[in-house]
Amino acid sequence: MLPWAKKRAERIEKAADAAARAANAGKTRTLWGDALKRLSKNKLAIIGFAWIIVMVLIALSADLWVPQNFGDPTFIDTGNVAAISWQPPSLEHPFGTDRVGRDILSRTIYGARVSLLVGICATGFALIVGLIMGALAGYFGGLVDAIIMRVTDIFMAFPYTLFAIALLAVLGPSLMNVILAIGILAWTSIARVLRSTILSVKENDYISAARALGASNLRIIVRHVLPNSIASVVVYATMAIGSAILSEAALSFLGLGVQPPTPSWGMMISDGQAVIATAPWMAFFPGAACLLTVLSFTLMGDGLRDALDVKVTD
Amino acid sequence: MGTYIIRRVLQFIPVFIGVTLLLFALKAIVPGDPVRMIIGEGRQPSQAVLEQIIENNHLDRPLPEQYLYYMNDLLHGDLGSSYQKNRPVLDIFVDKFPYTVRLALCAIAVEIVIGLAAGIISAIKRYSFLDILTTLATSVLVSMPVFWFGLMLQIFFGIAIKDWTGGALSLPISGAGGPVSNYPTFLHYILPAVTLAAVSLAYTARIMRSQLLEVMNADYIRTAFAKGLSKGAVIVKHALKNAMIPVVTFIGIDFSTMLGGAILTETVFSWPGIGREIYLAITQRDWPIVLGGVILIVVIVMVINLLVDISYALLDPRIRYSKRTD
Repeated sequence: MLPWAKKRAERIEKAADAAARAANAGKTRTLWGDALKRLSKNKLAIIGFAWIIVMVLIALSADLWVPQNFGDPTFIDTGNVAAISWQPPSLEHPFGTDRVGRDILSRTIYGARVSLLVGICATGFALIVGLIMGALAGYFGGLVDAIIMRVTDIFMAFPYTLFAIALLAVLGPSLMNVILAIGILAWTSIARVLRSTILSVKENDYISAARALGASNLRIIVRHVLPNSIASVVVYATMAIGSAILSEAALSFLGLGVQPPTPSWGMMISDGQAVIATAPWMAFFPGAACLLTVLSFTLMGDGLRDALDVKVTD
Repeated sequence: MGTYIIRRVLQFIPVFIGVTLLLFALKAIVPGDPVRMIIGEGRQPSQAVLEQIIENNHLDRPLPEQYLYYMNDLLHGDLGSSYQKNRPVLDIFVDKFPYTVRLALCAIAVEIVIGLAAGIISAIKRYSFLDILTTLATSVLVSMPVFWFGLMLQIFFGIAIKDWTGGALSLPISGAGGPVSNYPTFLHYILPAVTLAAVSLAYTARIMRSQLLEVMNADYIRTAFAKGLSKGAVIVKHALKNAMIPVVTFIGIDFSTMLGGAILTETVFSWPGIGREIYLAITQRDWPIVLGGVILIVVIVMVINLLVDISYALLDPRIRYSKRTD
């Protein structure tokens, strides 16, 4: 056989093989199985996922393994403040110490607790409200849709940060209220994402089939509409955790988040702002930790979006 | 086109009423006595003065009536007076707004230049080193706490460089210039503008890249290549024109957000803009400033978004002639 013909035959064989495999794959695997396989090939998403797991484990187990004077985030050695305060990063204090000699590394680790807690709880709250509102608006349409969409319009017309600040000024600064304020602002986007997906899912024949079989509205929404529209919400929620963490940091930075002595990244950056000329490590490390954590959620969200092949627009 | 504009303007009304109602509800449940805030801490005015204050601010009226009084003043262009500064709210914002506008314009310029360039380059050289670098850089930028980025810029360009060069070549780290500043005024804009633009330019680059990649697959691009046009001519004359539309929309909406005040950037750089003014008013419970400021911002944002949509329809005949279904 001539070389070019041989090459061509090989190519055809390969293509046929790939097509067979693809057809086979389509038969046996599910959307989520496929997505998981594609996701596992995305190195950046895996790195992001690994970092999130590490952060969660560190935050959960901080009390157990962090040495005593690292472990107590409120630790103040009143006898000897002058000697231990404002220390630049060293082996003993890898991130340096602050005004009263507290170790920045241990405070950063404990700050992760607040950030992850707020990120996950606020997104969870927004998911519950957003899913219900989005499902109602998308599925029923008409007047229900119009009312819910106008409400989201009102929420979205507000300048985001200002609204969160005003809410906290009313509610008073505390961990619970930060979660509430961020959740109240975040549900509108989730509702809109779900609504627009449902609008297209609803047109499918299997929905008419379910209705013809006599299924109730609730059953159609829960069994047929939601499972087919949830992918975009999953992608959106992953990224929303990242932005909730950023919002928490911003609110703490403005003094409206959790209150001292509980450490949070935003507050530590705010403490560091006054001394950036003499002790830049104070602002640098908590901010870097925040950046890496949010970046992990962004990369994972990007990876999920590509893996699930959804378009996130709102 | 005409009916479209009218419909959009009519859509403002429920949103506007909702926003003012919500703000009013917040004001009503916030702790603190407005009379106390107007007279100031520690002063004990006579009964007549107290009654005068209550009378002037309609504080003896039920809440729904107070709301109607406020809306009536608002529609006559009166945003009320600050509790603590003893000045009309409108005057305060007329003072502060130019700083916000100038900062927003500088930030938009940074966003357009860097964002578009990065997006176009990474789309044309897809999967190249530059493309991967842009993708990574935009991910980092959107994941960054803005205020932290501002602080890091201050540490590097304001302090570290000053130390290394013995005082030369550094950038000012706060304020908007003025008689006491050692630096020419325009230098004061550089760091805040870059900080404010950072997140937006990342989004601009991402949208530009994905739009250009999508357009490059269109039939008319293949036709243009088939006519024998060079790659540069195809991209500039055919692809960019169409890919730019969503990018321009994003930049327009982003500009309106920036005009709404950049609280974090303004706080980090002690910038005398409206975002910082409203933030300070919230912490001091000076509600006339908060209400007036947020209402002003909401109106500005809505008007600019409308203008963006209209210009969008004017520029792109496909939108003008297609039936809108939103």
